[in-house]
Amino acid sequence: MNEHRLINLVLRGFVVLVFVFIFTPIVGSFVFSFNIDRFPSLPLGGFSLHWYETVAADPAIWRAFGNSLLVALVVALVSTLLGFTAAYTDFRYLFFGKSVYMALALLPPTIPVVIMGLAMLSFLSRMGLSGEIYAVMISHIVMCAPFAMAVIRMRLAQMDPNIEAAAWNLGANQWKAMRFVILPFTAPSIFAALFVTMAVSFDEFAVAWFVSGLNETVPVRILNTLQGQVSPTINAIGTIVFITTMTLVILAQLLLMRRQKKPANA
Amino acid sequence: MMSDKLKQVDPSGAERVTLQADACVPGRRRTLRLPWYRVGFSLPILIWQMIFFVFPLLFLLTISFWQVRNFRMVPAFEWTNWRYMLGREFFWDAYAHTFAMASGATVLVSAVAFPCAYTIAFKFRDSARQLLILLLVTPFFTSYLVRTYSWQVFLSDNGILNAAFGYLGFGPLPMLNTTFGSYVGYFTLCLPLVVLLQLFSLMYLDRSLIEAAHNLGAGRVRTVFLVVIPAARIGIVVGALFCFILTFGDFVSPLYLGGGQPPTLSTLITDTTKSGQQWPRAAVIATMMIVTLLIVAFASVKFAYRRRA
Repeated sequence: MNEHRLINLVLRGFVVLVFVFIFTPIVGSFVFSFNIDRFPSLPLGGFSLHWYETVAADPAIWRAFGNSLLVALVVALVSTLLGFTAAYTDFRYLFFGKSVYMALALLPPTIPVVIMGLAMLSFLSRMGLSGEIYAVMISHIVMCAPFAMAVIRMRLAQMDPNIEAAAWNLGANQWKAMRFVILPFTAPSIFAALFVTMAVSFDEFAVAWFVSGLNETVPVRILNTLQGQVSPTINAIGTIVFITTMTLVILAQLLLMRRQKKPANA
Repeated sequence: MMSDKLKQVDPSGAERVTLQADACVPGRRRTLRLPWYRVGFSLPILIWQMIFFVFPLLFLLTISFWQVRNFRMVPAFEWTNWRYMLGREFFWDAYAHTFAMASGATVLVSAVAFPCAYTIAFKFRDSARQLLILLLVTPFFTSYLVRTYSWQVFLSDNGILNAAFGYLGFGPLPMLNTTFGSYVGYFTLCLPLVVLLQLFSLMYLDRSLIEAAHNLGAGRVRTVFLVVIPAARIGIVVGALFCFILTFGDFVSPLYLGGGQPPTLSTLITDTTKSGQQWPRAAVIATMMIVTLLIVAFASVKFAYRRRA
């Protein structure tokens, strides 16, 4: 029995170590963003908002934030729409070549980002789109739609297909059944998909770096900063982005919980 | 139990009910409207991914045969780029280095993730497990680049860790711009995902298997290796596969934590593309990477779903 407890203790200690490793860079970046030193070391220097002031005073970063936000909004809307149609198709229909269809819908995130970036750059520049903000949007929609589809498909898996059929039997046509049965049921997952795709797009740096040209997004701006002179503004930007993203995620979660409590009026 | 679940999700069930529903309502020509609805839902993603996913990848393969003249790409069908890249030692060095680094990361990350996923799955209460899963998801909402930069501050020669080592009376140890640095980056990139994937397959494992093993006299270690790992094989293999794909294509860790020497295939691609217009040569590297990944993915899926002898 004693040996058993010792093993459990060691295992739990190991889990703690893994989490310390995972959260070291996250907490570190948060702490460094308030640190006066350009090269933080021990003992840590004094508290300062200097890096936040630098970020706020840099028009390039404001432009990057604007670009990122615009891209993320468009990407979230389009990829959630595409993901929804794909998830519904998978839920309802069986047809020849469906596995190929599903592969097309799900594969993009498994292609290494450098290769996606190069492919999108060469293809979109041939179409005269590279260097435009649309190029980033198009590439991100390709990469985000699978996430939207997965999120919505998981929700549809909880639905009894007979409910839709029952609506048809009661005289609803297919569009009405979609509007009054499928959409209300999947609504929470649609919101979740919107937020997830927005977060993925807001964080994507590699493909955006290849195709964005002068229209830098925030992650591209960070990557370009990393390549040049080291600057702790990266920590400040990272902290702002992290807090924004987490706020969005928590809001989405609260929204979902409130919706789940209220049963649909039907 | 499994087949019940499958039946519930099986869309063919819905399809059959559709036909019945149509048959029940005489006089309505729903079959005429059906294609519009169906096409409206099925085609958009197909068209989008054909144009903006399949075409670009095929185009990438195509330009690997094109020529660069006067800094412009000219359509052609020549093996020059292939001969150039595959005939150079630096390409094969980079290939071997990338493959070795990614394989090493896959083995190490999986080996570190497994005890962690195992403990979370079997040794924590439900509420604690929920919290830990939530914590494992958090890194996905932080920027990988920011975390990489943060590691630079920890690992550099006069960084946080070496200062701490100094207090303890040893060091400084070179960590940034070493292979160790690359691996820290790979772990940052992959560890949360691999733990999550392993955890999901362990959580849904049939626990009576473990009890049966114990009852039959198998010790703890034997049970883990002969019962738990085979039963959770799919999650372990899928996690390892994702780890391999991510590290094989990552250019951030090897460059900003590993120092960029020797180059990996992905840094070769970014260099070749960004400096100069040698896109066709970069396309050759990319094609070689995709072929490698396809082979690895195929082999591991085959292995994960193989019937046990």
